[in-house]
Amino acid sequence: MSEKTVLVIDDSRTIRRLVSQTLTDGGFASVTAEDGALGVEAFQKERFDAVITDINMPNLDGFGVLEAIRTGPSNRKVPILVLTTESSQEFKDKARGLGATGWIVKPFDDKQLIEILNLVTGANAA
Amino acid sequence: MSMDSLRETFFAECEDLIESLTENLELVASHEWDTETINAIFRAVHSIKGAAGAFGFNDLVDFAHHYETTLDLIRSDKLDISGDVLRVIVRSADNLAELVDGSRIEGTPVPEATHGLIDELVQLSGATPDEGAVEEEFVFTPVAALSIDIDADPIERFEIALMPHASLYLSGNDPLRLISGLEKLGKIHVECVTEDVPDLDTFNFDESHLSWRLTLEGTNDEDAVREIFQFVEGHCDIQIDPIFADKPAEMHAEIPAADLAEPEPSIPDDKPVAVSQPAQRPPKPSGATQAVQSTLRVDPERVDRLINSVGELIINHAVIDRNLKESGLVSNSEITTALDDYGTLAREIQEGVMAIRAQPVKSLFQRMGRVVREAGEATGKSVSFITEGETTEIDKTMLERLADPLTHMLRNAVDHGIEDPARREDAGKAVEGIVRLSAAHRSGHVVIEITDDGAGLNREKLFDKAVEKGIVTADAKLSEPEIYNLLFAPGFSTAESVTNLSGRGVGMDVVKTAITSLGGKVAITSSPGNGSTFTISLPLTLAVLDGMIVEVGAETMVLPLSSIVETIRPAASDIQEVTPGEWVLSVRGTFVPVVNLNALMGLDQPNDTDSNRVFVLIDANDATIAVSVDAIQDQRQVVIKSLKGNYGAITGIAAATILGDGNIALIVDTEALSGLAASRRFSQSHEHLELQF
Repeated sequence: MSEKTVLVIDDSRTIRRLVSQTLTDGGFASVTAEDGALGVEAFQKERFDAVITDINMPNLDGFGVLEAIRTGPSNRKVPILVLTTESSQEFKDKARGLGATGWIVKPFDDKQLIEILNLVTGANAA
Repeated sequence: MSMDSLRETFFAECEDLIESLTENLELVASHEWDTETINAIFRAVHSIKGAAGAFGFNDLVDFAHHYETTLDLIRSDKLDISGDVLRVIVRSADNLAELVDGSRIEGTPVPEATHGLIDELVQLSGATPDEGAVEEEFVFTPVAALSIDIDADPIERFEIALMPHASLYLSGNDPLRLISGLEKLGKIHVECVTEDVPDLDTFNFDESHLSWRLTLEGTNDEDAVREIFQFVEGHCDIQIDPIFADKPAEMHAEIPAADLAEPEPSIPDDKPVAVSQPAQRPPKPSGATQAVQSTLRVDPERVDRLINSVGELIINHAVIDRNLKESGLVSNSEITTALDDYGTLAREIQEGVMAIRAQPVKSLFQRMGRVVREAGEATGKSVSFITEGETTEIDKTMLERLADPLTHMLRNAVDHGIEDPARREDAGKAVEGIVRLSAAHRSGHVVIEITDDGAGLNREKLFDKAVEKGIVTADAKLSEPEIYNLLFAPGFSTAESVTNLSGRGVGMDVVKTAITSLGGKVAITSSPGNGSTFTISLPLTLAVLDGMIVEVGAETMVLPLSSIVETIRPAASDIQEVTPGEWVLSVRGTFVPVVNLNALMGLDQPNDTDSNRVFVLIDANDATIAVSVDAIQDQRQVVIKSLKGNYGAITGIAAATILGDGNIALIVDTEALSGLAASRRFSQSHEHLELQF
């Protein structure tokens, strides 16, 4: 099976590096974008197996990213995980309403991030 | 990447964020702020908090959290920026900076002001210190604590009923993946319930009609089972029943959908998601006095300026060197020896400065591996991908702009280069084809090669196709490289049928344009039966250009070498006027439009039939034009100086350069020239190009 590629959208370069490294170690390829607008642009250029996005970002926030991607013609199926420090139910509901597949609360655990990605992308399926 | 280097990234980022925080707070203090100022302040604190959590800097996270809470109130207009509020948020910024600094070395005590400031922040936000969401967010119950007591009756199997709502399919979730996830936990039996699927005439595509009944054996970890469904809660009706040994199944197949539709009693609402555990703490540096390695972050513009100056230094060396030689000094005189040292040093500086902008091609090559694998899968060919010279460094901008052309060329190599497995076997080759991507530095250039061990290019077929497409005439006599170059002609495709993979209407001409725009060149070599090699040669930097120095009237101008095909001094009979003012040059049976550079630049207007004139054939914008000039002076590297900032954009002129003798020469924008020639407007466009020197 070919390597799955994940688009990582986060304005913090520490988090971008941290997530990319975790993904590489977990057998995923990654492309990073430093804000929502660049993320959506990157998404339109290449085919991704999953998207991980921060919420609070300049230019376009994570909710905007969800909206932009989900309103695209054939993007209903790509799993989008929200990576955030917020864990309130209200927040999750809003993200879900916009089509988020799931969420990961910062600080995240490496192994579980990979497990979740394996689950939502169907990578390493037995 | 080590944790240490990640920490460096974190601290470097914090410095930027704190700088932005301070700048924006100054705007607030001087009443020059707007909502974006407040947003930027909030985001800076928020980002520090988010990243600090990953390193376990709890004091920093805690303080940033309280700071952020107050800022959020300001952001949402629930708190006005009074003098008091301003004082607290400015002091908090200083304290945050101190906390960041303190985090570099383990064991640094929290700054004194921290607790007092937290109290003030809490007062402003109207919360009590203990109730803040911080506990909720950063203290998570480990999954182990939630595990059921496995000393109780052993679970024999789970019976799971899953009925997705339509919303599940809109959220990027997929029942199939949930089932695959379960499959990893044990032995699974899946039954798809199709009874609710309506007839086609009443079928509603926006509704979900399928449900599943699953039996999972071989695990007693209920949490692991529930975890699989953590994201689809609310997107489906789900029932998970552990069936204990010696107990009859309580729930069985016939579950009406209505029963399932009840709120999932088995999933407690407040159950924390499994991922929300604290991250593993990075290893702390041993010893509190560990030296902090610092990175220097520089504005790219400064680096560009430096590259520019060093480029001029190199050129300056060349000029002195030439003057000395012309002056007839013996080659071992002291001054020439000293000048040689000067040259060596200048080049060392140049290499050092370029290294700042350079990045290894590794990341790009890794991405290309995926392109080849996908192309192999799509075409049913077995291809192994080999990369060489991954550590070769190349200018960052070029690296970014190479991704598209390389993708296209590699797809072509797999699709058109490598033969079908059967044909490879017939030819006595290994079934698995090889595509090789290599990078190397070669005589002041970066050379990237794409090699395949396929069938090679068929010269006759290429030529026939080009004739058929009207790209060349049937009696044209072309050399081997010229025939291969036909591949780069617009609209040229050698595949008999357009394939999904590489036949998308854009051809190799796009690749060539992309490479040329980087100041590079592409060459093809091919050997029938053994494969082809595409060689891309790129300059080391975008700041320097290989140019041909030409004389145009009293002016000196530069034509980029990368777009020059050849230079010709034709017989007068090869030049013909087609309509008044429009000339063409006959080159081996093809007519090429002539652009008189003197006339175009609003200088004198010599006759193109004058036997002294030199014609430079230029390939740009997928067309060939003949640019006529008075004479060719030299061929050398020039440093590109933008005109846009100092003068303004001029059609036909890409930039300027300073020559060794101190004179300014304009660098011709060959794409614009060919555009002018193609649109046949250049006879009227003199006004646009008239320049005051």
